[in-house]
Amino acid sequence: MAKKMHDTPNLDQLESGPWPSFVTGLKHLAQDKDYVVDLLGQLEESYKTKKGYWKGGTVGVFGYGGGVIPRFTELKNADGSAKFPDAAEFHTLRIMPPPGMHYDTATLRKFCDIWENHGSGLIAFHGQSGDIMFQGATTENVQKSFDEFNEMGFDLGGAGPAVRTSMSCVGAARCEQSCYNEAQAHRAVLNTFLDDIHRPSLPYKFKFKFSGCPNDCMNSVQRADMAVIGTWRDNIRTDEGLAKTWFAKHGMDELVNDVVARCPTKAFQVKELSKIKAGEHTSTVAVNDTHGIEISNQDCVRCMHCINVMTGALAPGKDKGATVLVGGKSHLKIGGLMGTVVLPFIKLETEEEVEQLVDFAQRTIDFFAENALEHERTGEMIERIGLANFLDAMEVDVDPAMINSPRMNPYVRTDGWDAEVAKINARKQAA
Amino acid sequence: MNQAVQAAPAAKRKPKETGVPENTKYLHPTLAKNYGNWRYHDRPRPGVLHHVAHSGDEVWSVRAGTQRQMDVYTIRKLCDIADNFAEGRVRFTIRSNIEFIVSDEKKVAPLIAELEKNGFPVGGTGNSVTMIAHTQGWLHCDIPGTDASGVVKALMDELYDEFRREEMPNRVHLSTSCCEINCGGQADLAIIVQHTKPPVINHDLVANVCERPTVVARCPVAAIRPAMVNGKPSLEIDEAKCMCCGACYPPCPPMQINDPEFSKLAIWVGGKNSNARGKPTFMKMVAAGLPNNPPRWPEVGAVVKNILTVYKEDARPWERLADWIDRIGWPRFFEKTGLPFTKYLIDDWRGSRYNLNASAHIRF
Ligand code: HEM
Ligand code: SF4
Ligand code: SF4
Ligand code: SF4
Ligand code: SF4
Repeated sequence: MAKKMHDTPNLDQLESGPWPSFVTGLKHLAQDKDYVVDLLGQLEESYKTKKGYWKGGTVGVFGYGGGVIPRFTELKNADGSAKFPDAAEFHTLRIMPPPGMHYDTATLRKFCDIWENHGSGLIAFHGQSGDIMFQGATTENVQKSFDEFNEMGFDLGGAGPAVRTSMSCVGAARCEQSCYNEAQAHRAVLNTFLDDIHRPSLPYKFKFKFSGCPNDCMNSVQRADMAVIGTWRDNIRTDEGLAKTWFAKHGMDELVNDVVARCPTKAFQVKELSKIKAGEHTSTVAVNDTHGIEISNQDCVRCMHCINVMTGALAPGKDKGATVLVGGKSHLKIGGLMGTVVLPFIKLETEEEVEQLVDFAQRTIDFFAENALEHERTGEMIERIGLANFLDAMEVDVDPAMINSPRMNPYVRTDGWDAEVAKINARKQAA
Repeated sequence: MNQAVQAAPAAKRKPKETGVPENTKYLHPTLAKNYGNWRYHDRPRPGVLHHVAHSGDEVWSVRAGTQRQMDVYTIRKLCDIADNFAEGRVRFTIRSNIEFIVSDEKKVAPLIAELEKNGFPVGGTGNSVTMIAHTQGWLHCDIPGTDASGVVKALMDELYDEFRREEMPNRVHLSTSCCEINCGGQADLAIIVQHTKPPVINHDLVANVCERPTVVARCPVAAIRPAMVNGKPSLEIDEAKCMCCGACYPPCPPMQINDPEFSKLAIWVGGKNSNARGKPTFMKMVAAGLPNNPPRWPEVGAVVKNILTVYKEDARPWERLADWIDRIGWPRFFEKTGLPFTKYLIDDWRGSRYNLNASAHIRF
């Protein structure tokens, strides 16, 4: 039995209603833990005054410089003592999950036992960067709990100016749209940078995310310094049985209005069977005895829409790989930036091919470490120096797939034009 | 920076730098067996995904909502359900839903019944309003203007039915962020703190806690200068320049940006990370000035519900919020939702001219 609960009239109102309540969960923990009794006390105070009462500090585990988010209470009595002394220290451990966030119950139960023993008993599955967030431990217990998680085979994630914890989608494990082995790429890349994860010394944070197809379930384009998004080069595959089943259920109106009309490049057409033309770059499939689909794959931008609507009937091709975009980030400080295409297509089937991605990631991080200003993300750095200079440093050839359109102003010195053309021609000849 | 103080000097155990663990041993056996060989999926009912592999193997994934910040009792309850009604393997989605994977269709109905009996709503698939991506807030962050888990609980209570149904035009992703840094991320609809007054500086503390050049450099509009105040080195803000973003606050806590009254909430719509149909889009601010009103933020809830209700009625199948607004145009978005279009919604930040209408395309 823990000490008496503080009155929490505000938080109490978050116990009603049908959605699972974190307040009810905290109160359950507070039955046995003075720690959580006082946490609820402090949180109630925030609800009352509309102010936060945590400040940062420095807490870590032996051998690492990051991965723990320290929190000390700022809610003090007149004499400087903590108002809620049992929750005066409330640090979080960020632990990296397995790719795709799969677990067996034995592992989850072991997490619970460790965290009930050493921490508050509150765990978030997961943080927005992907960490399992073990929320609430005293400075003393941070090391103890880390040691036990570490012995289970789990390791701390990133915080501060470091390579951060990454996420990959469920992908190949259960999704028919997957275009590469996300988990393999995720581990190969991240585990190359353990030093940069555990000992923050970059100009600023660096995030990788891995999505198996252009649906980008990991929201990599808007968040990741390096987004690896699965795609394919050959034709969309078709399955006549499933196409006919789909059409029998959904009919012509849906095929026309929901698919044809929504194909962004008009690559997708419905035609009478007799008018459908097969071809090297064309995917065709009948949907009934009179009509069929014709997709001009050279016009298709691999947006996924038709495949999402008619999953199984249509599928990504077989020549699979990924597009790599660099420079995505959120608002601070120049406004949100999307990642932009830097590698239009790479294969990721063999270990050597995955190694090439790792190598590219390594060179990007090295360049970032040397050239970014303090507190500058890759997107801001590229905006400052220009994409062409970044590509040059990365030894990546320019490609029109990297742009929306060529420049719309004359403000560029072009006296190197002939030399560039000569280089391109020499490359073509060598190829 | 970030020189960590060792928590337990006595325990000099060297960490095992194992990094990201393999997922193979955690995968449901049918997922492991058919890795990379899935053929298609369908959704027999909201909250259930049915995947079919090229081998003919099938799995059913039952998705349930959680409170994300879970106590160990809740997690153990979910484990009990996984052991007794499913097959002991689960995974979490990016939006903190839990998925129970089973290889036998007969297990689906009892599993759903058990989850709902224990208060875990089954849904969040397909065209539903799924769980809100959110952050830390008052529970754990050191800079929050509002809470995270509480806002989400209050909103999900309101959106509960939409989570359990698939009746929206397309999927709806929401996020909340308790400061303008926006850890919650881009979404179809996002709720983000929007401060309305410049930071109030605690000059007594600046010299002790802040690296002044760092703070000066952090301001996006160069509104901060070093200054001597009461004979001490401090900082001053050009209040005419300051747009109240709060970026100076994390590196310098004496720059008090949070205010119980003047830290408001804004609503943003139309973020889309998928490449499906149009290219990915960033969300746009459509409402601001909403009060930060714990414990249930009713004013915010009303605006969110209103936008989602109008979208639900008006959008065509497969239109995400951004696609819908692309079709109907911004004037009708504001007309239909009844939200006031004020001058503050006209972009004047970098690249803003691209957000102005440079054409005679106007819908009447
Ligand atoms: C100063 C205190 C800060 C705290 C306590 C904080 C807290 C957090 C937490 C807990 C997460 C989830 C982490 C995880 O999944 O493990 C997160 C993610 C994130 N943070 Fe922060 N954050 C802080 C500062 C910042 C700053 C300065 C920025 C912007 C430059 C930022 C931008 C983000 C973004 C964009 C995400 C989402 C990451 C993703 O989706 O990959 N945060 N933050
Ligand atoms: S990103 Fe693509 S491959 Fe990955 S889970 Fe989403 S739809 Fe499937
Ligand atoms: S995947 Fe290709 S064909 Fe299909 S809708 Fe998108 S662009 Fe059109
Ligand atoms: S959005 Fe801001 S206040 Fe909320 S957790 Fe992220 S950094 Fe903290
Ligand atoms: S709130 Fe933003 S704009 Fe105002 S001084 Fe601080 S950093 Fe600059």
